Amino acid sequence: MISDPDVVGLLYLVTITCFVIALKFLSSPKHARKGNWVGGAGMLVAIGTTLLLEGIGNWPLIVIGGLIGAVVGVVGARNVRMTAMPQMVAIFNGVGGGAAALVALAEWHTETGPAWDSTTSIVLSALIGSISFAGSIIAFAKLQELLSGRPIVFPGQNVVNILVLLAATGLGIAAIAGVHEQWVLWALVALALLFGVMFVLPIGGADMPVVISLLNAFTGIAASATGFVLDSTVLIVSGMLVGAAGTLLTLLMAKAMNRSIANVLFGAFGQVQTGAGAARADDGRTVRATTADDVAVQLSFARKVIVVPGYGMAVAQAQHDVRQLADILEGRGVDVRYAIHPVAGRMPGHMNVLLAEANVPYTQLSEMDEINPEFAQTDVALVIGANDVTNPAARSDPGSPIYGMPILDVDKAASIIVLKRSMNPGFAGIDNELYLDPKTTMLFGDAKESILKLISAVKST
Amino acid sequence: MTSLPLVIELTILVLAAFLGFEVISKVPTMLHTPLMSGANFIHGIVIVGAIIVLGNAEDTFTQIVGFVAMVLATANVVGGWFVTDRMLGMFKRRPEPKKDESP
Repeated sequence: MISDPDVVGLLYLVTITCFVIALKFLSSPKHARKGNWVGGAGMLVAIGTTLLLEGIGNWPLIVIGGLIGAVVGVVGARNVRMTAMPQMVAIFNGVGGGAAALVALAEWHTETGPAWDSTTSIVLSALIGSISFAGSIIAFAKLQELLSGRPIVFPGQNVVNILVLLAATGLGIAAIAGVHEQWVLWALVALALLFGVMFVLPIGGADMPVVISLLNAFTGIAASATGFVLDSTVLIVSGMLVGAAGTLLTLLMAKAMNRSIANVLFGAFGQVQTGAGAARADDGRTVRATTADDVAVQLSFARKVIVVPGYGMAVAQAQHDVRQLADILEGRGVDVRYAIHPVAGRMPGHMNVLLAEANVPYTQLSEMDEINPEFAQTDVALVIGANDVTNPAARSDPGSPIYGMPILDVDKAASIIVLKRSMNPGFAGIDNELYLDPKTTMLFGDAKESILKLISAVKST
Repeated sequence: MTSLPLVIELTILVLAAFLGFEVISKVPTMLHTPLMSGANFIHGIVIVGAIIVLGNAEDTFTQIVGFVAMVLATANVVGGWFVTDRMLGMFKRRPEPKKDESP
């Protein structure tokens, strides 16, 4: 039993320090894993301290609840496939937000006539936690393809959303003003849940990296608000660290797509675009298809190859075969690099994890700014299931919806080979001019099958 | 729990926000997914709130709410940590089996 508040505070300070060190260690893959262990130790200190606080009872419930949660967590974490990581992160955002909202509800129920500042924290924790919970469930459903990845829209959507949010805020203000009725917070939670559902529904699959980062920030801020409710510095600081992380990633992702956050949230991007792009295919240039044997010859005699992986590669589960192909080429003296666009995949940094899983050394992975000047000295750019991030229209066509988005300068390479399932446009629904470039040839088919064909063709070259 | 003045708590909050921005802006793009799941793990700290609520619950309603919060928060902490560890274990400088594979 720890009864001295100073001791409790110091132990929580240990936790805070561990968390900051854990985040600091993430600055390099060399010691990032060690950092996670430090963070884990910090969490154990916090849990242990809290369990030993004076007056903690209901032990059977704590133990059973903890065991159920732990089993669910371990099983989920062990079995999740790396391609499904965005869903996993979405779910964890959701449960964290849900827990914060529940703590707020319990406090509202227990406290009789809380002061205005305590009520404000309860309201914020319930509001933001519920939005994060419901929004994350919808994000999960979209990523898991239980719901269509396309934006779900109806007329007047933004107006309805704003009204729902205003109503929830109104209830919150009423609660802070002193209306201490149980139903007020319940109604607020219901409205916040509704808002969470409605604000994620119209967001398309391609914008998921932004949404997940934003929900991450929300959950952190909800945890921080819970800290104000319980007067707990460890919750305030840890929650805010996550809030900052989420906010920073949201800004980075939006910047990588050259879109404002408001545009992502309210623009319903990803609806089928018609017009300019489609018409251009008639100007006499045509798409040239090629065969695996031709590509194999090109690759084998190249000095430098840059692989540009996209989500299509991950969907086809081709990353292991891509690595094998790269190994064979490297064995023949070809310099192989990977160019990773910041929004490749479905969440920030997703592609790096997928390639790391396939044992690609991280020293071969290059970020966009680093690799772009190298395309000009590259013999073959091998684009596997990436589309919009290679579209030169982002540089040249002010009318294009992706104009201004930073792209990989694939078109500067001496020749470009695009592995693609069909001529369908990418997630943004825009035609890609790269495919009409005279230097570009297309290898149609499932990414995995194409790579396997390439491997056997390269072996016999 | 010690009750701190609101202004002190707000000061801590603002400083934590700046600290967070500072530390996290040093994380390379390559590690952004582990960063997110690591952040996931850290917001699992709401488990502290869940334990306090459940540990002090006196009526059935609070016990139920606290119990559900406890389950969610533990899943958050444990799952977040394991998945981050698993991911970070994959980032290698050079893959070991490489030399054996290509004769």
